[in-house]
Parts: sequence; C-alpha cells; structure tokens
Amino acid sequence: MVGMSATANTQAGAMRELPLGQGAWAQTARGDAAARLLEMGQPHKRDEYWKYTDPTSLTAVEASKAEVFDDDESPLFEDMDMLRVVFVDGDFDEEASSDLSMENVEITRLANAAGADIHWAKDLYGVLEARGQTPVKRPLAAMNTAYATDGLLVRVTGKVSKPIHLVYLHRDETSDAILHHCISVEKGGDVTIIESGPAAARFNKCMEVEVADGAAFHHVRAQGRDHERRAATHMFARLGRESSFKSFTLTFNGVLTRNECIIELTGDDAAAHVAGAAVGDGDFHHDDTVFITHDAVNCESRQVFKKVLRNGATGVFQGKILVKAGAQKTDGYQISQALLLDDDSQFLAKPELEIYADDVACSHGSTSGAIDEDALFYLRSRGVPENAAQNLLVLAFLGEALEEIESEELAAELRDRLEAWFSRRHG
Amino acid sequence: MLEIKNLHVELEEEDKQILKGVDLSVGAGQVHAIMGPNGSGKSTLSYVLSGKDGYEVTDGSATLDAVDILDMDPEERAAAGLFLAFQYPVEIPGVGNMTFLRTAVNAQRKARGEDEMSAGDFLKFIREKAKSLNIDAEMLKRPVNVGFSGGEKKRNEILQMAMLEPKMCILDETDSGLDVDAMKLVAEGVNALRSEGRSFLVITHYQRLLDHIKPDVVHIMADGKIIKSGGPELALEVENNGYADLLAEVA
Repeated sequence: MVGMSATANTQAGAMRELPLGQGAWAQTARGDAAARLLEMGQPHKRDEYWKYTDPTSLTAVEASKAEVFDDDESPLFEDMDMLRVVFVDGDFDEEASSDLSMENVEITRLANAAGADIHWAKDLYGVLEARGQTPVKRPLAAMNTAYATDGLLVRVTGKVSKPIHLVYLHRDETSDAILHHCISVEKGGDVTIIESGPAAARFNKCMEVEVADGAAFHHVRAQGRDHERRAATHMFARLGRESSFKSFTLTFNGVLTRNECIIELTGDDAAAHVAGAAVGDGDFHHDDTVFITHDAVNCESRQVFKKVLRNGATGVFQGKILVKAGAQKTDGYQISQALLLDDDSQFLAKPELEIYADDVACSHGSTSGAIDEDALFYLRSRGVPENAAQNLLVLAFLGEALEEIESEELAAELRDRLEAWFSRRHG
Repeated sequence: MLEIKNLHVELEEEDKQILKGVDLSVGAGQVHAIMGPNGSGKSTLSYVLSGKDGYEVTDGSATLDAVDILDMDPEERAAAGLFLAFQYPVEIPGVGNMTFLRTAVNAQRKARGEDEMSAGDFLKFIREKAKSLNIDAEMLKRPVNVGFSGGEKKRNEILQMAMLEPKMCILDETDSGLDVDAMKLVAEGVNALRSEGRSFLVITHYQRLLDHIKPDVVHIMADGKIIKSGGPELALEVENNGYADLLAEVA
C-alpha cells in the first residue's frame, strides 16, 4: 500500500506549492482525489489495465531526462487565428499568451481561480474523473486532480468564433508538469480546443469536458516531436442530448505515451468520435486506451486509431464500448490498425464490446500488417522512388484517421506537417 | 529499342524455371504482340522487365536503348522510359489518382534531371489527356483504382501511359475483363500514342485486341520460349486453330 506522503512524492510536480487558498472551492475535490489515490494506489505493470504498458516511469519520484527537440519549423497552426494560451514546462507564460477574453466564453486559470466563486467549475473539477474511476481504476488521473498546478477552466456559453489553442512548450530537460483543464460547453455552445507540443519531460494532463444538450466540442491535439518525453493524459467527457464530441490526436515520437479517453453518452442522440494517428520509430511506446459508455438511446460512437511503427516501436490499443441496458439503437464502431514497417515492431490490441441492450449495431476490428508490396511495386513502376512510394502509402494509411477531423483547415495543416516530416526522414 | 537475349528466369521462392531462353528484339516505333497459352511465361516476362521482386534472372540480358535494365530498380526503369500496363491494376486506398500521377510525372522528370511540372501545367496536361480517354474529373479525384470498374482501371492505365510518355510500353493482357466498347476505347488510346520513337509489346491471349492495335510482328510463346514469330497473320492462325498445331509443329 502506498502511503499518502509517498504518493505525494510520486511526481516532482506534486511537490510544488499548491495554489490553494483556505476554503478554496477546489479544496474538497483535491482532498477527495488524494483519498481516492491513496485507496487505489499507483498503477503497476501487473494491473490488467497496464498489461501492455509499464507505468513505472510515469510514477517514479523524478521525471527521466528528456532532451529538448530542436524544432526548426514554424509552430503548428501559426498562421491561423486562434486564442493562444502558452504553458512552458507546465508554467503559464502570460507574455506569450493571448488576452483570455473572448465572446461566448469565460476562461480562467486554475491557479488564479482558487479564491473565486466558480460554481460551474466546482461541479466539474474532479467530478468526471471520479466517475471515470469505475469500473476501471485510473490512479494517474486521481493524482492529477489532487496535485495539478494549473490549467484552464473554460465555460462556453455560445459559439466561439476561434479555436482556443493550448500551446505546450518544453524547454527544461527534467521538467515535470501536471495540468488539469475543465471545459463546460453549455447548451448551444460550440468550441474548438487545440493542444500542441510536448509540454514537459514528463506530462500528466487531465481534461474534463461536459458537453450539454445540443452543444458541440471539437478537440485536435498534436503531441510534439520530442523523442524522450513521457506523457499520461486523460480525457473525461460526458455528453448530453444531441450533443457532439470529436477528438483527434496526432502523436509523432515520444518514448512513452498513454492517452486515455473516457466518454459517457448520457443524453439521447449524442455522438462521440475519437481518433488518433501515431508514428513511432525506435524507442517509442504509444498506448491509446478508450472507454465509451452508451447510457442513452440512439447515440453514435466511433473510434478510429492508426499507428505506423518501425525499428522496435510498440503500439497499444485498448478500446471498449459498453452499451448499458436500455441504450437501444446504439451505433458503435471501433477500428484500430497498425502498419508495421519491419519485423521488430509490434502492435498489441484489446478491443472489447460489452452489450446489455438488444437493439444495437456495434462493430469492431483490429488489424496489423506490413506495407502492401503490390501497391509499392505499382507506385515504383510508375517512377516513384521507393521511399517516396512508401511515404505515400503510409500517409494514405494515416489519412483515414485524419479524415475524422471535422475542420478541413486543421486537418490540412496536420497532413502537410506529416508529409514534410516523412519526406525529411528520408532525406 | 528493347533487346532481350537468352533470358532465363526462375521464381525465387520455388526454384522453378519460368523463362527458358527468351530472345526478342523490338525496334523503335514497332508494335510487337506476344501470344501464348496460359502458363507460357508471358506475364512473367512483363514483370521481370519492369523489375518486380520474386524473380531471379539466371542467364541472359535485357537492354533498353542498349542500357542494361535488369540491375535497375523499378523506378529507374520507369525513368529510363519503360512502362508496364498491369493486367490487374492495383487499388491504392487513400492516394488520390491525381496526386499519384503528379508524383509519378515529377519523380521521373527529377530522375532525368528535368524541371518538375507546375501544378497549373500539370492540371492542363492531365485534363487534355483524360478527355481523350473519356475519363472524367471525378475519376481523377478518386483514390487510385479504388472502386473503378474493369474498364475504368484499364483506361486509367492508358492515361498513366499517356502522362508518363514512355519509350517502351508493355501491355499485359490489357484486353482482359473488357467488353468490346471498352476495348475499342483502350485501343484507340494506345493507337493515339503510337509514334516513331515509341514501341509497344502487347501481351494477349486473343487475337481480337490485335484487330484494334495492329502489330508489326507476332510472337508465339510456349513453355518459357518464343517458339514462332511472324506477321499479323500468325495471330489469325492462332485464332482459327488454337495453339495445339503450333506446339505440335515445334515439338
């Protein structure tokens, strides 16, 4: 059993001064989360849910060193009109950030909000995370709720004219960051949240998203290109009637990534789409763990995950669709695919369906395979050099995940970057 | 143009001899046809010439304009002017037909030390070529060969040929899976490309394609060798009598 003090010591970030005033609104939630963590203990490789991914380096006292990637490219989405909020190794950078005021949205920093009376955030902070602890324990998320040092509290009251872009810069080789964001999209609200960058040598991030009736939430994330960084992220979402949730993540490099997404469809006619594209070369371990619960009628959920692996890279997918009794007319779809560019790489997949309603359509599929030699020869026979031909096929493979991004502009930017990265890799 | 001498080829995995000494010489601007029964090695010849993996050349040579092509990568052969129209064009989901063609055209130009074609010029070029083959804009936007009918796939092959402007075109059973109208359209596309500097090797089972694409020389291939060569009348002989008589003649 892990003791309280030992738990608090598990991530250097947790040792920082916590920005909590006496009687602050988040105090209870944090205390409860610490108690949850104490009860469940840290994750271990022997846990069923961590069978394919070793959490040791995520729970170690200190973050492993991660060299800062020399990124000579212009920042992602630089030319697009966005409200930017910059965190450097987990610390808010006011100078680099935009003014946080915008129509139809209230944005407050978690670190500043302690004394403020933010009722809506009180109903969300740690609430969805706590709900998400059943039936599977997620200690890293509880740790996040208890010890997050900052983050954004975003309340969306209407259609937001431009995306809110969380820019995560990594400059310190041993930085250890814990951020917690709460996004409440109220009735009729519509917002796009973008996250980009590696954030820190080790990053623990939690995002709780409440999507009210008829509201829409779009999320696009790119986790930087640093090779040695580690990240454990959780996205908890609860969806109301006729609401829509769409999340896409691009992961390129990173020695360890565990992205968990926990979604509850609680209102009828809601739709949740989660997609990801991951590219790993060498010392790379990428884990997508998704849990979608259908608890309302006529909802749709869709999971599309693609991974390209080589030189010993490992990809993991654990995806579950749970259809509760009464969640009739559920349409659940799940596909996870890996393209293994050599024999040293591996893909481990655990797709699961658990269905307690009798009038549903659920399907899942998981494949892993090599590049299509016939297609490769066809391209080469037309004069396309082998590397370029392989890149075309790899991009086509990942393209099916990128197609899940609703905004064509955002998708095009990511597609262009991927193309550039691939063509560079081959010189 | 294309000189094949005493070409011997084995399947790498099965240690099985497929080509047992093929001699063939196609002059500039000529159209040669190769006919032969199933399993005679016709398709193997087309794959070996275009550089597909899985075949081992154990003896002989193949040159294009006096340059040995057998040691080249497939893309180098393409840049040198060789083109294979596939019997079964490959479907490539996620790669747009237009992107594919532009990549191919520019890769070949680059390999030959020429300037890449601008997006505008390319568009103009492809529209003009596509129109003559009855290929609409929609087909150009779709992923390569995905969901194409048999006729569309073969027209797409000819479009690629028209765009890449090769010197030596090999057509591997381009007539298979085509109805009469589709075959005419494809043949017209091929005929439009005939020129003094461009040669064709047409592989087919049936004489009917040769009604539309008139060959200068017809070769009969059997058991990995060319057993007889002649004029267009040879194709008619096969059409009327089958291969049995010819095979008996040689044996």
